[in-house]
Amino acid sequence: MQNARFTLRLVTASDYRDRAIPLPRGNEKTRKQALARSPKKPATQAAITSGADNTDDDFALRSLQEAHAKAPRYDASTDQMLAYYEQMLLIRRFEEKAGQLYGLGLIGGFCHLYIGQEAVAVGLQSGLQEGLDSVITGYRDHGHMLAYGIDPKVIMAELTGREAGISRGKGGSMHMFSTEHKFYGGHGIVGAQVSLGGGLALAHKYREDGGLCLAYFGDGAANQGQVYETMNMASLWQLPIVFVVENNQYAMGTAVRRSSAETEFYRRGTAFRIPGMDVNGMDVLEVRGAAEVAFKHVREGNGPVLMELNTYRYRGHSMSDPAKYRSREEVQDVREHKDPIEGLKKILLEKGKSEEDLKAIDKAIRARVAESADFAENSPEPEASELYTDVLVGEY
Amino acid sequence: MAVELKMPALSPTMEEGTLARWLKQEGDEITSGDIIAEIETDKATMEFEAVDEGTLAKILIPEGSENVKVGTVIAMLAGEGEDAGAVSAPAAADEPVADVPGEGKDVGREEPGGVSAPDRPKSSPKADPEIPSGTSFTQVSVREALRDAMAEEMRRDDRVFVMGEEVAEYQGAYKVTQGLLDEFGPKRVIDTPITEYGFAGIGTGAAMGGLRPVVEFMTFNFAMQAIDHIINSAAKTNYMSGGQMRCPIVFRGPNGAASRVGAQHSQNYGPWYASVPGLIVIAPYDSSDAKGLMKAAIRSEDPVVFLENELVYGRSFDVPDLDDHVLPIGKARIMREGSDVTIVSYSIGVGLALDAAETLAGEGIDAEVIDLRTLRPLDTDTILASLAKTNRLIIAEEGWPVCSIASEVMAVCMEQGFDHLDAPVLRVTDEDVPLPYAANLEKLALIDAPRIVAAAKKVCYKD
Repeated sequence: MQNARFTLRLVTASDYRDRAIPLPRGNEKTRKQALARSPKKPATQAAITSGADNTDDDFALRSLQEAHAKAPRYDASTDQMLAYYEQMLLIRRFEEKAGQLYGLGLIGGFCHLYIGQEAVAVGLQSGLQEGLDSVITGYRDHGHMLAYGIDPKVIMAELTGREAGISRGKGGSMHMFSTEHKFYGGHGIVGAQVSLGGGLALAHKYREDGGLCLAYFGDGAANQGQVYETMNMASLWQLPIVFVVENNQYAMGTAVRRSSAETEFYRRGTAFRIPGMDVNGMDVLEVRGAAEVAFKHVREGNGPVLMELNTYRYRGHSMSDPAKYRSREEVQDVREHKDPIEGLKKILLEKGKSEEDLKAIDKAIRARVAESADFAENSPEPEASELYTDVLVGEY
Repeated sequence: MAVELKMPALSPTMEEGTLARWLKQEGDEITSGDIIAEIETDKATMEFEAVDEGTLAKILIPEGSENVKVGTVIAMLAGEGEDAGAVSAPAAADEPVADVPGEGKDVGREEPGGVSAPDRPKSSPKADPEIPSGTSFTQVSVREALRDAMAEEMRRDDRVFVMGEEVAEYQGAYKVTQGLLDEFGPKRVIDTPITEYGFAGIGTGAAMGGLRPVVEFMTFNFAMQAIDHIINSAAKTNYMSGGQMRCPIVFRGPNGAASRVGAQHSQNYGPWYASVPGLIVIAPYDSSDAKGLMKAAIRSEDPVVFLENELVYGRSFDVPDLDDHVLPIGKARIMREGSDVTIVSYSIGVGLALDAAETLAGEGIDAEVIDLRTLRPLDTDTILASLAKTNRLIIAEEGWPVCSIASEVMAVCMEQGFDHLDAPVLRVTDEDVPLPYAANLEKLALIDAPRIVAAAKKVCYKD
């Protein structure tokens, strides 16, 4: 009874106060010293390569979590909440439509849907500075692009492999980019985006532009070696990067407890002196609240943060995954009790929005998604002459 | 308006399936996310989830139906405020949706005559720039030439930086980056931990983010840990992004056999990287080419794999005293003109080919020696022009014979130079074994000038 052992850990605000993040191992005295937070020793060199002060006993691995736990939810205005609601709903409806088009054979290959995880991309990316910060993720990338305001039409047209697609039909679901929005993909190799994100962060630091890189990866990618190679260098060089583990509980068909010796992913930066944050990824306001804390820390030049966003994917790993490794009840339970869109809807209704208001939003989004599907279905495929374009930039 | 529910494809290859079970019945209310039916293929059973909301008005395909084609309308869903009883089946309910040309995933795959791809664009490399008459030359080691190239480019463009193991404070494991830390400081000359996969990824990401990294691998043997980023991230992303994502990065370091370091530290990766579209692969021999091509590599908008050779680092050659000595990528160089036989080589093999040509000259055979310099794109024009002149060609390559650059050049000669051949093209390479440690066995395994001489005589029918 594999599923009976499963307990989905979605953290609520009250949980934070009870959950201590372990400090680096040491004797009681060092631990107390660490808690007392003695002043930091000055860094000895100011170069990009040597910002880390790794002799400091006062490495406050838990300070960010504590700050977040004090006020987990972001104090959003009704307008902001409406914007999050719209974005999350757009992702949901878009993905449902993508699933449908896949079923009709209009989308080929692999197609990984973001349904259930909407609050993560929307909550985090709403806290970024547009045009400055960079974002990179893995193959489950539709939601992150929509959360960045990229036109659903060109995303859907990429899914159907059309000339008008954001990668001109040459990338597909897993390989989409928008340098205009500083969205750097869309990467198909599990974990590769983490070190690439380290490079984007290095570029921010090198240029001293004040930007940061948000690098998403899953609980599956969290077991890739290069993730830790990157954490080591990012911390050593104090790179402005936020590592985001989107823990949707399953790496393809493998539950985290079957693949990970440490299932509390936010602790995995400890060995590299990276502070961790454990965040309820099913509540967009908590996600945004956590983002405020993490981004501030990184922008102040304190080096990387590791955030674990606890979330859940309602659909299979990809369209061809029957998801037999979990029970229908488990999925249904999350849908009914933790759904990020329903959760925010409830708050909006409390704030005085009417059912009709929200229905109107849903209707407009459905129309927008239908329009993007029509566009994606009816635009032409790339010309045959596109086969050899963009292999290289230069001519040799 | 009623919504047609169609038999979904559950995988890229699924064409039909069994409608195993209806979990909702006619008249049931459906909300988004409800499981409506179970569908079986030979691989799995999948749940068919509702996207649209409404009332299940009509079931058109009964449960238990086998071989239901993807796209067949299996049920009708009445929308909000619609009378479910009034919903009728669509006219051709049991007909699958036809694959309309220009739409759908299978377009073009089954055309009767097969499809023909457009012609591969031909590369047309520029000739080396003229060296003005009166230019002086200085003897410079390959090691210094490479360093000078990096330093000049770092002075010219502040986006250029160097990273790798021991490149800064140690001054380079092979001293190629000697002095760079002093001049440019630790921001631009970055010592990394021993973590090839990680720093190759960070370098690639930095290039995507607008910088111009030069990533040193202590040797290319260790780059195998990082080859995923070189190929999957650096080489392919521009294409996959429809031309949005630039990756101007140089991966450089010594490649090929060194001396007595055994199999894991002695391998030529030229053929590996040269097989990958999206990469530029350069493998120079002498100091002038090392400098001129390194500068070109750093300026290139494309990812470059720059293969050096440890045994050549210490050799000195003339380098023109020019302010900006930049050579064209993709252009081979005729190192020695000759009329009887062409010896094509690159990297350390060029020195051996030149030695062999000297020996051959003593035996009355006039050999032409071509240094490919760039392995991708390959300068086939220069190879074929030489073949047209000498009608005999051999390739000398310090590397394994199978699926090698030699194999590629032979294929080019067969495909495009067949009429010019007076003898079969031969390859002279290392033996097809992991490189042994013992001095005598290592010597046996590696290419040398006498073997090149023997092959050249063979194609001249003078052996």
